[in-house]
Amino acid sequence: MRSFEFFEPTTLAEASRLFAQEHAQLLAGGTDLVIGMKALTETPQSVISLQKIAGLAGITTDADGGVSIGVMTRVRDVELSEEIRNGYTALAEGAAEIGSIQIRNLATLGGNIAHASPAADTVAALLALDAQVDIASADGERSVPIHALFTGPGQTILTAGEIMTRFRLPSPASGSHYIKHKIREVMDLAFIGVAAAVDMDNGTITGARIGLAAVAPTPIRATEAEELLAGKSLTDAILAEAGEAAAAACSPISDLRCSAEHRREMVDVLTRRTVREAVARAHA
Amino acid sequence: MAKLPVTLTVNGDGYDLLIEPRKTLLAVLRDTIGLTGTKEGCSTGDCGACTVIVDGRAVTSCMVLGVTAADKAIMTIEGLAADGELHPVQQAFIDTGGYQCGFCTPGFIMASKALLDENPARTEEEFRHALGGNICRCTGYTKILEAVMQAAEEIRTTA
Repeated sequence: MRSFEFFEPTTLAEASRLFAQEHAQLLAGGTDLVIGMKALTETPQSVISLQKIAGLAGITTDADGGVSIGVMTRVRDVELSEEIRNGYTALAEGAAEIGSIQIRNLATLGGNIAHASPAADTVAALLALDAQVDIASADGERSVPIHALFTGPGQTILTAGEIMTRFRLPSPASGSHYIKHKIREVMDLAFIGVAAAVDMDNGTITGARIGLAAVAPTPIRATEAEELLAGKSLTDAILAEAGEAAAAACSPISDLRCSAEHRREMVDVLTRRTVREAVARAHA
Repeated sequence: MAKLPVTLTVNGDGYDLLIEPRKTLLAVLRDTIGLTGTKEGCSTGDCGACTVIVDGRAVTSCMVLGVTAADKAIMTIEGLAADGELHPVQQAFIDTGGYQCGFCTPGFIMASKALLDENPARTEEEFRHALGGNICRCTGYTKILEAVMQAAEEIRTTA
């Protein structure tokens, strides 16, 4: 690991000022950054820890019935939160898929998203749950929907000095579910990840959102599939149409993990499966 | 960069140290303090050999910068026995032969200890899943799981 200057600011303004400098990196849980620094794929000149800034960790209920999750919230706490498990099940399921318990005790929700891996385990659920990302900088605050955050593998719209502060989730959907397609039970990366969230009224799907991970340069929403489902009741025929539309929306690569063809086929299969389960949970 | 003054609390003892920011908690424990019970395996968070307990949570110490561990309660395998008595999970590993070469053992014991503190009423399947971040290169998993189940029973019955 190369040497670097270490900072542990206690305010966001100070962190933002430091982060606006060249060759600066933010440190959250460290499970990506520390490993990257050892491998010399990350060679920052300054490392800015966020752990001493008050208010960046924790899950709170919002006045509008939704929840806010601070970026420094450990993914193990997201996984175990009763509020998240009950109201935002897909996100708890995604969090539980990351690495091992030891890693989830370190890794943060903010880090999982800021790393901008197309295969991040929480991102499909945050897309399906329509998360809003609050961002702070020296110039003030802004907020973007999570589907507008990513621009490429490892790339986001964040500019110099901008720091994500929290994810705001609207009041819970009727049901949600996440499936990670993988080989090992734990400590594996997703071949693909599919999350679905549905709003139901009297047996009719009034709205559906589908998040896809590891099937395009960025995590994406399968908007055509979502539109096909809206206003319908659940049938095999409509599920088949939605699955095909989701598969058509992705642009997967072939790599050592699996082929693009397999990924596309499994997006079809797992879209049908996640939507069916999300609807079942809405009725439960 | 210059070394930073940091006070670490390890197994209840305070250590006033000067450490380089790039040193991991694992390196500080082993090389600076001299507590070599915690092992370095893969150094990428995959094997669990370096597991220690920080503020009650099992973590892979190879992924933690030592300077970020100030003001936290760090427990290593050396701190587990109390008043000369082995912790039930240590005794269980001995009783069942839950070790072969022993290199992964401190990590398995610390990960198990944290799981048992949290909930000793897990099923074997649940323990197996929860210990998925620890690898035994001798493949002695059957005895390791026996040890964890024995320790769980011991803790449940004496609680």
